[in-house]
Formats: sequence, structure tokens, C-alpha cells
Amino acid sequence: MSDLATAFRDALDLLLSLDPELAAIVALSLQVSLGAVAVAALVGMPLGAVVAVGRFPGRMAVVVLMNALMGLPPVVVGLVVYLLLSRAGPLGAFGLLYTPTAMVIAQAVLVTPIIAALTRQTVEDLWGEYEEQLRVLGVSRLEMVATLLWDARPSLLTGLLAGFGRAVAEVGAVIIVGGNINHVTRVMTTTIALETSKGNLSLALGLGIILVAITVTVSALVMAMRGREGRAVHG
Amino acid sequence: MTRNSLRARLATAVLALALAAPAAAESIIVQSTTSTQNSGLLDVILPQFTAKTGIEVRVVAVGTGQAIKNATNGDGDVLLVHARAAEEKFVADGFGVERFDLMYNDFVVVGPKADPAGVAGTGDVVAALGKIAATTSAFASRGDDSGTHKKERSLWKLAGVDPTSASGAWYRETGSGMGATLNAAAGMGAYTLTDRATWIAFENKADLAIAVEGDTRLFNQYGVILVSPQKHPHVKAKSGQAFIDWLRSDEGQSAIAAFRIDGQQLFFPNAKR
Repeated sequence: MSDLATAFRDALDLLLSLDPELAAIVALSLQVSLGAVAVAALVGMPLGAVVAVGRFPGRMAVVVLMNALMGLPPVVVGLVVYLLLSRAGPLGAFGLLYTPTAMVIAQAVLVTPIIAALTRQTVEDLWGEYEEQLRVLGVSRLEMVATLLWDARPSLLTGLLAGFGRAVAEVGAVIIVGGNINHVTRVMTTTIALETSKGNLSLALGLGIILVAITVTVSALVMAMRGREGRAVHG
Repeated sequence: MTRNSLRARLATAVLALALAAPAAAESIIVQSTTSTQNSGLLDVILPQFTAKTGIEVRVVAVGTGQAIKNATNGDGDVLLVHARAAEEKFVADGFGVERFDLMYNDFVVVGPKADPAGVAGTGDVVAALGKIAATTSAFASRGDDSGTHKKERSLWKLAGVDPTSASGAWYRETGSGMGATLNAAAGMGAYTLTDRATWIAFENKADLAIAVEGDTRLFNQYGVILVSPQKHPHVKAKSGQAFIDWLRSDEGQSAIAAFRIDGQQLFFPNAKR
């Protein structure tokens, strides 16, 4: 496969030349996906924790729903966010369509169920261990949620990584709400889709290799942070 | 500083980062087709317009059907597509101000060099499609209501063939853009209809070559329309009109004519002035 060999050479060329266009595209990818994960974490973590320790009617249904929504199809999310943000839609007046903000919103919708569902499971497991202790101490529900979230942070970090992986790799949602506009809303995945449609298969694959390298780097950084914290706590 | 306020400030900073859109002076959104972008035309001529006027042009390149739908919703200031009947309907329905001819090129039928339908070199596209159907040779259709797909359907109609009855057999609807469909045709050894600009710029021709060209029925006219500010008050009518005027001016038309790949001219300006 000559395309595969050329792809690795293209990837290397792009990296070594520090192509400013590529740097801008990578930066926007990171900005959008990290932004989406931040928003999703602000919503998903408290939501997951509350469902974990809460006892209310229909709780099982909520758990099932949260787990199921982890599989939301990006293209459907893109379409729904498009219809909401379109000038003809209910939020059209804000003029957010075809901006990075629209992309953050769409990816946040995709990632929130992942973070919420993983948080719920993690906190529920911890809750089983600490419930007695926390009850004896007489802390309020809110404090319990905060304590459990804090204690679960290594596992939650993995949840955040799963969310980031989902966000940075998807193309279906951002290409609809972002429009893949050059220098404005073009990210790694939409560039790969565009280059594929131009028949530049090796360049597209080269970009894909760079995208994978980026996610590996982010994952390694997070693990390094986690490792250091682990030593600080236990060492 | 208390921990809570620190956390709040951190959250605000993250949100600000997430929501920051790049600052720009005036910009317009052009809903256009994949052919104008994939061929590289817009990458070459838009900077010339921006340098002259300071107006940034943001292009959303999708199929003509989707571009018209988006513009109907008001999600764009200018529409630049190639499906005359649909464009005229867009204006008649009040969503566009006025339609102008901008440029043309032509469609070609490309297919595998082995030429299983025996159509290579013919200048009669309708007869060629008839032969493709008769020999049940694989044909990749856009199947996405794009300008090219509309053209393809009108040609099948002239040939008296309803290819959708063979959908999934020799007639394969990819439901995707021109480039993706060419990739599929190259992979399947199928014939397909493509605009010449996308074909010339396409890098993965593999075993495909032009089989049919030169039929007047393969003419491909591009039109440009300002989205109606009456229907959608947020439309940047002044900047959008400036863009249309520039495209139709001597300068814009020469820029279109000057765009070449491998020495071949891809678009031929024909704005009436």
C-alpha cells in the first residue's frame, strides 16, 4: 500500500515543517473539544453523582437513559443543534451557527452523557463503601456528593479522557454546525473528511496519524498528572 | 482567595476559552457547492476579494440541495450553486433577491478504462447512459439531491431509464459528495457523472478516465444569489452584494478565468453585464 507509506511521510513532513495552517487547525480542535469536555464535566459530574447517591422514583430509568445516551449518534446531535441554532430555529437570534461555540455545544451534548454515566457508576461504587462512615459523621447530602467526587477523581479523570476522545474524534456533528469553514471552524476531523473528498488519501491519512498522536499525548499528560498526584497522596 | 471563588474564576476562564470566537471585521457566509471548494477555486479567488474590500468570506461547502435549504433558513448571506431551476424557485419563493449567471463548466461521465459499457469516446451522453443501463455496468450516483445529482436524473429521464429500480444492483447511490462518490467509483470500477472541475482537481483517479464529454446537454451553469434581507433581516446585504458585484466585475471574472490546474482552465466566466 503506497498510500500508507506516503501517509506516514506526509504526517512527518507536516509535523517537521510546523505548518502554521495545521497548527491553527490542531489548536482549534483542542480548544473546541477541551471546551466541550469542560462544559460536559460541569454538568455531567454533579448530575452523575446526584443520581448515584439519590433515591427517587424513576431512578433506574434515569440510569438506563444516561447509559444509553452514551451512544448518541453525532450526526443526529449535529442536526438537532443545527435546527436549534439555525436562523430559522428557536435560538437563531444569537447567530451562533457556523462558529466554534456551536461546535462546543454539539460536542458537549455528545460528551455529557458519557461523563455523567461514568461518574454515576464510580460514585455509586464508592458510596457503597463509605455510606456508613459518612452517615455517622452526619454530613449533608451535598457535602457527601462533593466528598465522593473528590475521592473518585482518578477514575473520573479516565471518564474525562473518554469524553475527550469521543469529542476530538467525531466529525458528524461539527461538520454540520461548524460548516467546516476554512480558518474559522475547520478542525482535524473535518479537514480529514475534506482531503478525503478531494482524493488526497495519503494527506488525509497523514492528518489522521497526527490526530491519533495528539490524543495519545493528551492521554499521557493526564496519566502523568495522575501518577504524580497518586505519589503525593500515598508516598 | 477562597477556594470557591477560585473555582468560579477557573470555570469562567474555561467557559471564556470555550466560547471565544475569532475576532474578525466584517464577514459574510456563502453557502456553496463542493465543486467550487474541492477544485480549489475559492481558495484562490476569495483572498483577492478580501484584500480589496476587507470583507472576509466564510464558505460552507455542501451539496446544492443542502446549500439552498440552509440559505432558505437564513443561514448564509450569499448562495453560489449550480441548479438553475432550483435557484429560480429560491428567488421566486422570495428567499433570494435576484439570480445572476456567474460562470460555467461542464459535466463529464468518467468510468473504468476497461469500459464495460463500450461508451468511451462517444459525444452523446444520453445514448451512453442507455448503454450503461443495458449492459448493467456499475454506475455510482451522488444520490444526494445535489446539483450534479439533479443533472444526472434529468439525463436518465432523457434516456428513458429509471435507474432507481436497479438501486443496490448496478445503480449505486452513495448519498455523499462528489469527491466521496469519485472515491467510491474508483473503488468499484463504476461510471459516474462529475463536474469537470472536481474531476481535474481530484487526486485519486485510480483506473478512471473520461468516457463521455462534449455533449451540449452536459453544460453546467453556476449562479449567484443574495439571500433576501426582507426574509432574513440579519443578512449582510451590503457586503453580500459587494461580493456578488465583485464576482461579476471584470476583476472577478478574470480571477475565475485565470484559475488553472495543470494548465487547464476549470471555470469559464459568463456573467452578463
